[in-house]
Amino acid sequence: MSALAAYWRSTVGKKMVMAVTGLILFAYVFVHMLGNLQLYAGDGGKAINEYAAFLHSTRAAPLLWTARIVLFACVFLHVWAAIALTIQAWGARPVRYSKRHYREADYFARTMIWSGPIIGAFVVYHVLHLTLGRGGAPYEELHAYENVINGFNIPCVAIFYMVAVLMLMMHFRHGLWSWFQTLGWSHPAHDGARRCVANVLTAIVVIGDLSFPIAVLLKLVTLPGGAA
Amino acid sequence: MKLTLHIWRQKAHNDKGGFVRYTLADVTEHMSFLEMLDVLNEELVVKGEEPVHFEHDCREGICGCCGAVVNGEPHGPQKGTTLCQLHMRHFHDNDEIWIEPFRSKAFPILKDLIVDRGAFDRVIQAGGFIAVRTGSAPDANGITVSKEASDLAMDAAECIGCGACVAACPNGSASLFVSAKLSQLGLLPQGQPERMKRAIAMIRKAEEEGFGYCSNYGECEAVCPKRISIHHIARANCDYHKASFTVWQGTGGKAAR
Repeated sequence: MSALAAYWRSTVGKKMVMAVTGLILFAYVFVHMLGNLQLYAGDGGKAINEYAAFLHSTRAAPLLWTARIVLFACVFLHVWAAIALTIQAWGARPVRYSKRHYREADYFARTMIWSGPIIGAFVVYHVLHLTLGRGGAPYEELHAYENVINGFNIPCVAIFYMVAVLMLMMHFRHGLWSWFQTLGWSHPAHDGARRCVANVLTAIVVIGDLSFPIAVLLKLVTLPGGAA
Repeated sequence: MKLTLHIWRQKAHNDKGGFVRYTLADVTEHMSFLEMLDVLNEELVVKGEEPVHFEHDCREGICGCCGAVVNGEPHGPQKGTTLCQLHMRHFHDNDEIWIEPFRSKAFPILKDLIVDRGAFDRVIQAGGFIAVRTGSAPDANGITVSKEASDLAMDAAECIGCGACVAACPNGSASLFVSAKLSQLGLLPQGQPERMKRAIAMIRKAEEEGFGYCSNYGECEAVCPKRISIHHIARANCDYHKASFTVWQGTGGKAAR
């Protein structure tokens, strides 16, 4: 068996794959959030719509398709490793405890396998809604500003979005801390900072992402004509 | 004090098992947890019933034999101690206490609270050793070791192999145990020749024995009677990543052409 196959077969190897793909996915979500901050440009959506047009232009096509392929591959590997590891872990304790008292394993960490699929389901809807225009909300190609506002003005769309972002918070908070540990980045000099880095990065993404539907619902971001 | 105990009773590995309720009237706060079970067993023997089987040896907190899950916590509610060093003053009159064995596929229950931790021995056999020149005793300080490496290795070497880390882990992972053994040897110069091979061999053996994977919950560290740190798991992961892609793997030591 080749070294790579043996590595993938082992739990530590699968965890490494989850860590690397997870970080790429986190980085994407982070950059995606930064791009969406253009909603607040106060220019009636000019900046964000031009940004959307650029991403979908011929010039940016290689970038767009590279990103799509890498992200899809990351999701695939992340989910595959997660399912394989979870099945193995469930098998490691066939008889459960009648009583359980956790000292350290927090709720976010223990529910990674459930927050993950909820995020996955949301991503499917998110792409249907804002990329393919099949989300049951008014949609016009490349009019990102209008599409976002029209979408979030539908309460159930906004609520599903906010629930998904809270799931992201749960997932990132443990995932980012876990990342250091799985890669083996531990040193007494910076160990104290690891939790802190994970929490701060998570907070930035979550606050940024949560602000969008809230701003739309509070009418802080409105359509050029003033119609909601 | 008066206690109500719910103790897991199981005749043998393939028996179904279940909780049995006992009441104990005269428990003093000075008893250790195991002495409290001794008193229960004396009562059971007098009544002609089968005593509760539990493992113990030194009763000084250093051998690693004892251990059970008390009210959902391996080794009970007190941090940094084994079950034998837990005293009844940590409980109150009329408390209900649930006692069950460490639960893991890799630790089959032999009887009542006794589990077979042979899987740990087999993990050690897979790589938890060093090659040394035998014969006359070597000179003291013939091999120099830095104070930092020595301290860290000794922290790891505190592991008594009780299995509480496995019992506590939501995934039933033995990562804390395996990593402690890897650090204990891998941090010292004497452990270097086999360091890469050892990481591969012990981690893969633990998987083969049926232990789960590490999710970095930190629950193992929180229940460890010797407070072994999960930083050792990070070190073990690092060694494993390196070892997987170096010449040591499957090449008989020859560098790949």
